[in-house]
Amino acid sequence: MNLLFKKARVVDPASGTDDLMDLLVEEGKIAAMGRGIPESRIRSALPQNEPSPPFLPGEGVIDCTGKVLVPGCIDMHCHLREPGFEYKETIESGSRAGAAGGYTSLACMANTHPVNDSRAVTEYILQKAREKACTRVFPIGAVTKELKGESLADIGELKDAGVVALSDDGKPMMNASLLRRAREYARSFGLTIISHCEDLQLTNQGVMNEGFMSTLLGLRGIPNAAEEVMVLRDIALAELTGASLHVAHISTAGSVRAIREAKSRGVKVTAETAPHYFSLTDEAVEGYDANTKMNPPLRTAKDVTAVIAGLKDGTLDAIATDHAPQTAIEKDVEFDQAAFGIIGLETALPLTLKLVNEGHLTLMEVVEKLTLQPARILGLDLGRFKVGMDADLTLIDLERPKTIEVSQFKSKSRNSPFQGWKVKGVAVLTVVAGRVVFHDPSVS
Amino acid sequence: MGNDLDRAASRPISDKPSLRLAGKDLLGIQKMDVSEIELILDTAESFKEVSTREIKKVPTLRGKTVINLFFEPSTRTRTSFEIAAKRLSADTINISTSSSSVTKGETLIDTAKNLEAMNPDCIVIRHSSSGAPHLLARLMHVPIINAGDGAHEHPTQALLDIFTVREKKGKLAGLKLAIVGDILHSRVARSNIHGFIKMGAEVHLAGPRTMMPAEVERMGIHWHTSLAEVIPESDVIMMLRIQLERQGGGFFPTLREYSRLFGLNLEVLKAAKPDVLIMHPGPMNRGVEISPEVADGPYSVILDQVTNGVAVRMALLYLLVGGEREADRSSL
Repeated sequence: MNLLFKKARVVDPASGTDDLMDLLVEEGKIAAMGRGIPESRIRSALPQNEPSPPFLPGEGVIDCTGKVLVPGCIDMHCHLREPGFEYKETIESGSRAGAAGGYTSLACMANTHPVNDSRAVTEYILQKAREKACTRVFPIGAVTKELKGESLADIGELKDAGVVALSDDGKPMMNASLLRRAREYARSFGLTIISHCEDLQLTNQGVMNEGFMSTLLGLRGIPNAAEEVMVLRDIALAELTGASLHVAHISTAGSVRAIREAKSRGVKVTAETAPHYFSLTDEAVEGYDANTKMNPPLRTAKDVTAVIAGLKDGTLDAIATDHAPQTAIEKDVEFDQAAFGIIGLETALPLTLKLVNEGHLTLMEVVEKLTLQPARILGLDLGRFKVGMDADLTLIDLERPKTIEVSQFKSKSRNSPFQGWKVKGVAVLTVVAGRVVFHDPSVS
Repeated sequence: MGNDLDRAASRPISDKPSLRLAGKDLLGIQKMDVSEIELILDTAESFKEVSTREIKKVPTLRGKTVINLFFEPSTRTRTSFEIAAKRLSADTINISTSSSSVTKGETLIDTAKNLEAMNPDCIVIRHSSSGAPHLLARLMHVPIINAGDGAHEHPTQALLDIFTVREKKGKLAGLKLAIVGDILHSRVARSNIHGFIKMGAEVHLAGPRTMMPAEVERMGIHWHTSLAEVIPESDVIMMLRIQLERQGGGFFPTLREYSRLFGLNLEVLKAAKPDVLIMHPGPMNRGVEISPEVADGPYSVILDQVTNGVAVRMALLYLLVGGEREADRSSL
């Protein structure tokens, strides 16, 4: 299983590398990095007088001229729907979608059926991942039993079984006292709690952002404050407990401001946003397409600007997809009755690269938010290049134009608001532990 | 008989041959042009006379089928559409279901597609979900008329309101309209705001701040938190029904207080212009948002609104389903 990446622009935020070089993968590990690694190092293993071999998945020389090689992308927040909702997505299909989007690791949320609140479910997910997934899969365990927010899940047992973090994502923990205890308890296991910040009373059955668009469309609004009061509450709890806090899917200017302020005071808080929160506004809801319905909702241009600024100054550490597969059964209904959520694994990278193309962030900055930062927050030794480490990597063609076409997705679901979008910059090769799990036909 | 009546009905079209409705559906006022609104109003004028005849029927839509698909209770609007269709000689089917399609186990799309498979010529839909008519319009070939969707729009109500004001005042431009009450939950308010502003009127809203939707001023209106503020200047005062169940939602303390602050009675009305028009889309809560003396008083055009509703809906059905559009559709 040997690969030689020639003349790649290697971007590795951990070491600050942004340089043209070669990278050799042997036996699934990074064996060498540097200029002028001779092709003989892998060709010697091939029969002598055969013509130069075409691209062989798993063994070959890959000319990376004009392409960028980065540590494999890590999605710290997705929903793989298995067990329980296999008609929407499975660990297998979700990982194939991830690989096609340039992801080598996926951290999947606990809102499966049954909920991942016990060793049995965690082990089931890991077992399925070993058998079926082409990427790494890291389960996130529930904070409370059945995500009900009433009593703690067996957190020690979950840790033992292999969860990398805890979250009741999809449902906010309205009971602040229980959340405080959960933080304190989880801290002793080194597990970060990922908060879905939403005050349900303020949401009050809202289905889109509260603002001019909800007024025009006559849809119930979710005010920015529904997110912000909980972000502020959770920051206060982080200070109280000393436990680190990670806030999921930040969507509002006020949340960015609150986290920036907390970080400046040294509070142990990290945060992520998702590509749709810097790519779309609530104006996309006009027309009542349920593929523009997610939670938190698409906000206004002012919020988009603040989210991008938060990414730029490091307030927002990571970009996650919040990949939430839903089928036509959930989506082809009245807007207010449609399920929340959109898929993102196969669109996140190009949408994020748009930030680079438009001059908001540097390539180094976005790569860090897709690789090193999620690894750091989840405590995974991934997301960087180092000789001897497992070879997880993503080859990106920054110049490749692409029209997003949901019918081509590897995901089982099609619920994307980005159908037909013209983007530039896509993953063309994805390698997990030295194994090619996705490659574009153009790569040879 | 038929020829004569057909000619009457088609007069506005032949007068202005370039004018017709832009889309196959009527989903809301927001996207309509002034010329489209005027076309409907002018057409309605010629149809209004039909309802005063001894034999209140023209053969315009003979052989056409109009389905009234109502997912919310309605007396006035459903009856008005049914009468409008029947006076045009269309066959009408009424489907009323109080439960949403989801709880019934069949999706809205399936319900509508099953109906479409029986080849109706128009589906009139009322639904508690904003955007439900848009969902159908996107997927179906048959013209869809929005008879009220959630808190979004109620375009035919706005058209009949505009028609009534134009009829009584002889103009729309420059008039001041006040809409009073629960704007937040009102599709009637939204459609009328769009419509009256398009026609050149000035729109003022009055109601508790809790019932003003977010950033409503961006719709081009002026809003007030006191009824007294809007009374003296208004040419038209439109009272909205206050839904009794809102009392528990924290929007206002009690119906008693609401009525005291935003109820229209003779005392409050003393400050109004002598030729003010009082409107209400119905159904009224007498004694809450409007006193019986005002509702039945000389300024009230509430029943004229209902009468005009039939003419406006006849015009709309004619324009969307009638012969002129048939040729357009078959060429698609």
